[in-house]
Amino acid sequence: MVYPVARLDWTLDPFSGIQQLQREVDRLFSGYTPAVEQFPALNLWVAQDDAVLAAEIPGVDPKDVEVSVVGNVVTIAGERKADSSAPADGQQRCERERGSFSRSARLPYEVEAEKVQARYEHGVLRITLPRKESTKPRRIAITEE
Amino acid sequence: MTTLTDIQTKRSEQEQKLPVFAPATDVYETTKEIVLFVDVPGVTPDQIDVSLENRTLTISARRTAPDQVEHKAVHREFGSVEYRRTFTLTKDVDRNGIVARIKNGVLRLSLPKAAETQPRRIEVQSEA
Repeated sequence: MVYPVARLDWTLDPFSGIQQLQREVDRLFSGYTPAVEQFPALNLWVAQDDAVLAAEIPGVDPKDVEVSVVGNVVTIAGERKADSSAPADGQQRCERERGSFSRSARLPYEVEAEKVQARYEHGVLRITLPRKESTKPRRIAITEE
Repeated sequence: MTTLTDIQTKRSEQEQKLPVFAPATDVYETTKEIVLFVDVPGVTPDQIDVSLENRTLTISARRTAPDQVEHKAVHREFGSVEYRRTFTLTKDVDRNGIVARIKNGVLRLSLPKAAETQPRRIEVQSEA
């Protein structure tokens, strides 16, 4: 289980520890348990000529997500901002984490960076990563003597 | 004659049993309404079901994550799931005013409080 790091302003409040404990207890009985420790959750599929990387990033503007490729490593980074349509106050429960995130995946081959395609649909990012032409296996013809 | 295997195949065809997962939710309460934000990545509006019975609010959605058939899955952290979460409301809600919309895999549910539960300001008049 990952415990949230105490926010700075809590340290000024002598009851902050008790409040945090209360929050943790509430969380335990709320029936909510994070499925994965790291955000975003990733799926990776690999084939001979290309790979597909999918990430669950709900509630993020695609403009706030950056996909980068260096050699055979793909990185998804971005920021999960507060909901623009949320009321200004009166928050009672906060389980959806906010802030910046970054995760990388290593592929078995180098990627043709110019041909990478990324699509964001219903909160899921799907990146198609074609294999670099020069790293593809080449069939060598055997000549008979 | 239907055998046990027949029933089992029929059942699996009808409804594949998916792992049930409680989605992360943010709750706001203002004097006028209760607002919920629920993370349901991969869910389309037709796959989600929101129901309110008395004061019990249930959110359920089926999410089928498509697999890459021609690829080999080498790493998997998410898949097809059933999102389900139930909340008990402490105040009555105006049923006709409930608005549910889904954007970027997040469900926003707005439940306006019933008129009688909203605080009312009583004017105090002075006797002339």
